[in-house]
Amino acid sequence: MSATAPTSRSARSGPVEPVGPPDGSAATAAAAAVEVRGVSRRFASRSGDVVALSDVDLTVRAGEFVSLIGPSGCGKSTLLRLIADLDRPTGGELTVFGRPPHVARQNHDFGIAFQQAGLLPWRSVRANVELPLELHGTGRAARRARAAELLGLVGLADFADHRPDQLSGGMQQRVAIARALAESPSLLLMDEPFGALDEMTREHVQTELLRLRAESGAAVVFVTHSIPEAVYLSDRVVVMSARPGRVREIVPVALGSAGDRTEELREDDQFFDRVRAVREALHGTDPADGTARGVDQR
Amino acid sequence: MRAAGRWREVLAPVLLGVVALLAWQATVIGLELRPFVVPSPTAIGEQLVDHAAVIAAASWSTARNAFWGLVIGVAVALLAAAVSAAVRVVDEMTAPLVAAAAVVPIVALAPVLYTMFGANAQTARVVVAAIVSFVPVYVNTLRGLRTVTPVHRDLMRVYAATRRQATRVVTLPGALPFFFSGLRVAASVAVISALVAEYFGGPVDGLGKAITSAVSSSNYPLAWAYVVGAVVIGLVFFCATLALERGVLHRGNLRQRP
Repeated sequence: MSATAPTSRSARSGPVEPVGPPDGSAATAAAAAVEVRGVSRRFASRSGDVVALSDVDLTVRAGEFVSLIGPSGCGKSTLLRLIADLDRPTGGELTVFGRPPHVARQNHDFGIAFQQAGLLPWRSVRANVELPLELHGTGRAARRARAAELLGLVGLADFADHRPDQLSGGMQQRVAIARALAESPSLLLMDEPFGALDEMTREHVQTELLRLRAESGAAVVFVTHSIPEAVYLSDRVVVMSARPGRVREIVPVALGSAGDRTEELREDDQFFDRVRAVREALHGTDPADGTARGVDQR
Repeated sequence: MRAAGRWREVLAPVLLGVVALLAWQATVIGLELRPFVVPSPTAIGEQLVDHAAVIAAASWSTARNAFWGLVIGVAVALLAAAVSAAVRVVDEMTAPLVAAAAVVPIVALAPVLYTMFGANAQTARVVVAAIVSFVPVYVNTLRGLRTVTPVHRDLMRVYAATRRQATRVVTLPGALPFFFSGLRVAASVAVISALVAEYFGGPVDGLGKAITSAVSSSNYPLAWAYVVGAVVIGLVFFCATLALERGVLHRGNLRQRP
């Protein structure tokens, strides 16, 4: 019984129902995309230690889209960097698909996109998308085919031979996302990837990301400082607070699967409802006017 | 439209040059200036035609010294920059030396070097040109090798790229433009220092020597004609490095294409 349970679970890995608490059995540890247990990160500075993260717990299930949101200094980017093994925690434990982050990184288990597109300016758009495949020894023909496919997915097939600096910020960011998806990772880590884009472009690429995510079935950890963005994209929104950085509340969104979400959702009452929920979680319960607002809205 | 722009780009400076030459000629004739003050462009042109072979030989001699100096200086600079980038201690140890080489006018060492390498050998001139061109190439290339943006460094780490891969994919291409801006400076100073080194002694060939001897025999238009030779070498060196830069950076683009 206990031997069969893990296999049956891994067999139905893929998009999981968006909401609901992670069931506490030991078997899910293997299926979870990201498991964060009591993680802390303090930075030594001249004026004493700065606690960027304090005792953070978080589970991101396979195929789940989770946003990290909070004021600057709440450690949301630090948490993402810990998951990506770009930094090490000073306390606690992290696993990515049941493995330590550095092993997951060596295994190319995740793709990543940053606020800066970070494309190599001396390479064509195509060669930028091919980069991870090239580094990991994929053959030339397979690389080209995959790059063509990905550029088609992000709607930039006509720009394969352009240089990155010939593209707008939004297009560059789409190339960066295509690059992150190159090896079909089961986990995508995104650090404010749309932070530098204007509102119009931003909404467009958000919808595109939903579509890409529905097609790939990858889990996503998405750092943002935009409430509507977090609600529009996520299955759950992790609201963090600063000094020290910790998880204040996890808001379930439950607005349907990624594939079902369309631009109309932005006008939906349920959407506004979730935005309000996240905003309240974010601003906390200030005893003076927080309760008054809470009463007003109910 | 584009062709017209190109023409204007070329034509405008040429036109300005012609106007300047005409004004020069008119001033010399109008004010009856003596040749030791400034000779007329036509007088310089005459000398240039009459002594074309001698001027070409002198230019060739100086150009050769500048060229070998540049080649040696650049080669050593690249090697040194690679070592300094890889081993920080080396960089820290050599930093004062490089700073010294940058501030000491190396040509001032020419008399000493002539004694060191023999007054009838070109070696001292090549050495001067080499040391002078070493500095900008070394400094720029090292800075280029150090300038890896954090996002690219993170990316290489996430992709678990080996050090060699990261060097090939990110560090070297990123350093190339830095190297070339160093090279452009080096090419100009190599010519200048090779020529100026001739003023301080050594064999009797070369433009610097020719200019001093033409002046000492009061043949001012000829001295100016040699200066024209120096201008031509300087331009050739500059254009050659520019062409190399364009060629390499462009090929870099093409390499990624089908």
